[in-house]
Amino acid sequence: MFTPLETASGRQVTFNFDGREFTAQEGTPLAAALLGAGVSEFRSTPVSASPRGPFCMMGACFDCLVQIDDVTVQACMTPVRDGLVVKRIPRPDVSAEPHDSAPQGSENSREALRA
Amino acid sequence: MSRDIYDIAIIGAGPAGMAAAIEADRRGASVVLLDEQPRPGGQIYRNVGIATPRQREVLGQDYAKGDALVTALERSGAKHLSDITVWQITGTGRIAYSRKNQAEQLEARQVIVATGATERPVPLPGWTLPGVLTAGAAQILMKSGGLVAEDAVLVGSGPLLYLIAAQMVAAGSPPKAMIETQTGSDLQAAMKHLGGALRGWRYLAKGLSLIAQLKRAGVRRYTGAGDIKVLGSDRAEAVSFTWKGRELRIETDTVLLHQGVVPNTQITRSLQLDHRYEEDQRCFVPVTDTFGLSSSPIVSVAGDGAGIGGAAVAALSGQLAALGALHRLDLITNETFETSSAPILETRAKELAVRPFLDRAYPPSQQTLKPVDTTIICRCEEVTAGDIRRYAALGCKGPNQAKAFGRSGMGPCQGRYCGLTVTEILSAENGISQQETGALRIRSPIKPVTLGELAAYQEEEHA
Ligand code: FES
Repeated sequence: MFTPLETASGRQVTFNFDGREFTAQEGTPLAAALLGAGVSEFRSTPVSASPRGPFCMMGACFDCLVQIDDVTVQACMTPVRDGLVVKRIPRPDVSAEPHDSAPQGSENSREALRA
Repeated sequence: MSRDIYDIAIIGAGPAGMAAAIEADRRGASVVLLDEQPRPGGQIYRNVGIATPRQREVLGQDYAKGDALVTALERSGAKHLSDITVWQITGTGRIAYSRKNQAEQLEARQVIVATGATERPVPLPGWTLPGVLTAGAAQILMKSGGLVAEDAVLVGSGPLLYLIAAQMVAAGSPPKAMIETQTGSDLQAAMKHLGGALRGWRYLAKGLSLIAQLKRAGVRRYTGAGDIKVLGSDRAEAVSFTWKGRELRIETDTVLLHQGVVPNTQITRSLQLDHRYEEDQRCFVPVTDTFGLSSSPIVSVAGDGAGIGGAAVAALSGQLAALGALHRLDLITNETFETSSAPILETRAKELAVRPFLDRAYPPSQQTLKPVDTTIICRCEEVTAGDIRRYAALGCKGPNQAKAFGRSGMGPCQGRYCGLTVTEILSAENGISQQETGALRIRSPIKPVTLGELAAYQEEEHA
């Protein structure tokens, strides 16, 4: 669990993740805002639908991926803004897609990412 | 189409990049500094310019040392582009990047890559569970999220682990336990290098004082631990390990991993510069000369990205890389080059003296170098150590081939957290050195870009 070091002094804003409202200091990395609110699972993996959350907090691991305006972004590299609507990446139907066909899918999803 | 042309472009605004920019600017070069973060500092001095008194108190004096560089950078004439994603650098000095979803490019006569370090991969059972982060991530959360981990268990080894633990103590939230992987024989091996360590006594004294602080705070340390597993179904719930022949288990929802840091070589590999496997630090480093010049005549590498030395060494290397580049551009005379670099080289040698001792005292654990078959090593594509061993049995010799066998390194992180492990496993299985086994090739985009950004870039190319 992560707890605040001190009472926040900056401007507080609200944002939405997965249908829930959260408040955080404006400009805080989205991943930090969610961890601070007790959310550590951000998405599930395309391969096995295992739960994942932020790992590196520096834009290297891509485990913190979420969606904003239908674009996949790294939550640790995205500052919180007022009114931000953040969604979980839609859960892939693992059973329907054999792993052999994954290459195409994964390449596409990589191009659709925005660092 | 016109494009901005600079004498020197620097990638990364950590200590090396900031020092290089300040030095180059002050000696009359036109300088651009590109960085991923909104504010200068890199990860080590992240957000130092806007840190609260409380953050400064918790993070300590070494963090506050970043102030001088940030201030000097802001006062300099170097152009600082923040919030940048660099996705391609060519051997001719053309840099393609995005800023606010807009693709742009610039050109430079000399390029200094100062992209620092990343955490060494720590492939342990359960390391992909939510609630498991790198220790560096927990420190970043103190710097830029104003958060501290509560009742966390620290796992691994290295000086940074003690620093972060001490910072957590200062924040009033000491770690629940430290499960440390270094052993008595590691310390014994390190003792051969005690001479160097004594020359770098300040580092040693600092390390010992951190350990003393942890002891005073009552932090439980389990050194020489093995068979470490993070347990949990949907998130971390506990860590189990063996210690002095006993099986132990500690409940926690936050596990922070650290096995030292390694150079971030994504850009240098994408440029196909020469790299070599560094036995002492067990990682690949770009081949560079004293001034950081790589196998390309226009690319230098400064800071931890050229080999791990820490923040003080990084800043000195940044200055040296800048002097080298200025000299090649004929912006300084031979004499200035020599008289200016001599004292910096001397200081850097002193600062580096402690390294051989530290490298041997805190090596990566055997468990993470040789993960058991069921351990996931590629987080993105969920490839296990056993998978890699099967590829080796089928004739796979290197990590690029392994990608074709089973997609390790093909996910969005582009091998940042599996590449080294794949090399280690294949090297051990095939009985071929790590150097010969090689590293993953990196192709641009170095970081994923949107199709829109790519399209805009291509239009610009053809305009
Ligand atoms: S937490 Fe690693 S990329 Fe965001």
